Amino acid sequence: MVNIYLYGKKYEVPASLTIINAMEYAGYQLVRGVGCRCGFCGACATIYRIKGQQELKACLACQTKVEDNMYIATLPFFPLVKQPYDIKKVKPTEQIMMQLYPEIYACIGCNACTKSCTQDLNVMQYIAYAQRGEYEKCAEESFDCVMCGVCSSRCPAGITHPQVGLLARRLTGKYLAPETQHLLERVAEIEAGDCEAALQDIMKKTAEELKEMYNNRDFEK
Amino acid sequence: MYTNEMLESIKKVEATREARLAAVRAGNHPRRMTAEEKDQVLLENHPDHIKSQFAELVIGPNKGEKVPLELAEILQANPRVKSGDVDLTKIDYDVDVLIIGGGGAGSAAAIMAHENGANVMIVTKLRHGDANTMMAEGGIQAADKPNDSPAQHYLDVMGGGHFKNVPELVYKLVNDAPICIKWLNDLGVMFDKEADGTMVTTHGGGTSRKRMHACKDYSGAEIMRVLRDEVQNREIPVVDFTSAIEIIKDENGKAAGALLMNMETKELLVARAKTVVIATGGAGRMHYQGFPTSNHYGATADGLVLAYRAGAPLLYAHTLQYHPTGAAFPSQIFGALVTEKVRSIGAQLINADGEAFMYPLETRDVCASSVIRECRRGKGVETFDGGQGIWLDSPMIELLHGEGTIEKRIPAMMRMYLKYGIDMRKQPILIYPTLHYQNGGIKIGENGMSDVENLFVAGEAVGGIHGENRLMGNSLLDIIVFGRNAGVNAAATAKNTKTAEKLTLSHVDAFVKEMADAGIKTDVVSPKLLPNYTNQKPI
Repeated sequence: MVNIYLYGKKYEVPASLTIINAMEYAGYQLVRGVGCRCGFCGACATIYRIKGQQELKACLACQTKVEDNMYIATLPFFPLVKQPYDIKKVKPTEQIMMQLYPEIYACIGCNACTKSCTQDLNVMQYIAYAQRGEYEKCAEESFDCVMCGVCSSRCPAGITHPQVGLLARRLTGKYLAPETQHLLERVAEIEAGDCEAALQDIMKKTAEELKEMYNNRDFEK
Repeated sequence: MYTNEMLESIKKVEATREARLAAVRAGNHPRRMTAEEKDQVLLENHPDHIKSQFAELVIGPNKGEKVPLELAEILQANPRVKSGDVDLTKIDYDVDVLIIGGGGAGSAAAIMAHENGANVMIVTKLRHGDANTMMAEGGIQAADKPNDSPAQHYLDVMGGGHFKNVPELVYKLVNDAPICIKWLNDLGVMFDKEADGTMVTTHGGGTSRKRMHACKDYSGAEIMRVLRDEVQNREIPVVDFTSAIEIIKDENGKAAGALLMNMETKELLVARAKTVVIATGGAGRMHYQGFPTSNHYGATADGLVLAYRAGAPLLYAHTLQYHPTGAAFPSQIFGALVTEKVRSIGAQLINADGEAFMYPLETRDVCASSVIRECRRGKGVETFDGGQGIWLDSPMIELLHGEGTIEKRIPAMMRMYLKYGIDMRKQPILIYPTLHYQNGGIKIGENGMSDVENLFVAGEAVGGIHGENRLMGNSLLDIIVFGRNAGVNAAATAKNTKTAEKLTLSHVDAFVKEMADAGIKTDVVSPKLLPNYTNQKPI
């Protein structure tokens, strides 16, 4: 068992639990600050400090084990800035970041975002790529972001890092990544009705005929 | 960190690894099961076949059919409010299309309804994007390569579902698949591609062609965050932390809105709509048969309860998917998903004796049953609290495809295990089946409408698309295909529907009477909305 402090109040919980499980063990019926419980959704951003230590740490509560004398405050919501745009009209030029998220140019290079990232991403680096209009690099560097918002909560320049990364990724996916010829061709075939006859034919098969086909189908190596 | 016993067991896995790798390099994978062997392993080991875990429904549209005990309990339960407690003349929200659920299906439906000119609103009980979609790791299927075809995809889907799938729905699924990949690509989803634009595709369990498209192992997260961003760009209203607790109907018995409840203040709100889309997702948090789950916190089958009370029949509600590879160790991630992609890119399933006891990419139901059988035979590895697991030999991946493959292709998995001191590049990981997917759900027609007029359904809440077992990568596909479909048709139907003059919950009163007449006495209220893990052994 270890002692933890939820919003300052002391509870004794098994040392093997994650922070989320420890809160529930203590009796909390959670509505906020809990989501996928697998480290993908960013709902359970949490700030903590171990008693006697200087450093303030951030984590996902579902992915982090409790420690003795851990002071815990969840961050279920943080007011991030989201600028609306039309993905069909924007272009992957430097101007778009300047228009939508000009505050990224106010970055003072303190690196608090990177230090606090719950996914261990190099956040300040991907913001630097965004400043320079290098969206593919920004997209790659920010790809594993779960948008928990901890980075933004620590930023003295008021940058909304997760939205910057998301914009860079959408620009990359739509405009910068190479086009997929085989996809365009197949869509054209479907729209021209070229796949229809084979589909109608297989839909007419009896269950027995289908089973026969299924059990004897060939596999791509 | 592994126990000493586990480390001893790993030595047996390592002892056979070189020989197994050599066989795979020579094209010799462990043998696939015959159709008869599959039938047998399913019958003897799959949780769907344990009769004592099912109850017969005594009221409602599926009266006489069997469903899991836990589902029967909430389908035949008390509503959260009595109809007399609510003033339905006081309308809080008035829209064309009301979408219940803010996951992938609901968001796709919202975008398409908006695209088609409808005034649309999403209501979701947690945050927008808190959904199983966000957690889908492995990928999305589409027959878009020259050696593949929608008809070939159709055959795989039907076989995987034991030929119980609704053919018209499967047709739509496979035919629209490439169109949906293009739609996502054009919205800015970053699929894994070669330098020339060719999609990087792999096998999934039960696929005959490599048609699994992916975005690393964040496939669902990437799709979900793009769809959410698009909903926000279109400024579609999202009412979060608000659950739907009943479908509201008009005087003619058509769906005409929903009764909502603020999850924090418990305030009741009335939403009136011309059409309603249920996109509430799955049921992993019901923990059927005591299984852990890979699902989101909110996966409590709410949509099935709402629809059933409104008179919509379910289809195949007795079939659940247990994903063969849930994390069996350490306890902190018990039941969390270990993506099928780990096997797609080369890891084998290995028992305590170091044997590759099966072909690793059988369909999920067969694979899960085979893992359970292996443990019953005493070939499992002890985990904690009396549990067992089987090794998933992840170091094979880098030995087959080169150093760095794991970090590049399955970074989320690597990260999850590293947090507990396990480096899956160097050591195998322990897995056991976890409750993953609701194969059955609400019955729909090709237009996405249930048997209740103007009540549409999309996503995991639908039954019939996947028959009795879904293949990997067909769920991300289904939420996009049928989410879009529901959005388009709900918007079109709304155009021809007048705003309801009188709203009613009389069907709820009728259901309560039916319960009383059948002699059902219960304290259970539903929809369940959230699981309760307080002061208990956490699952």
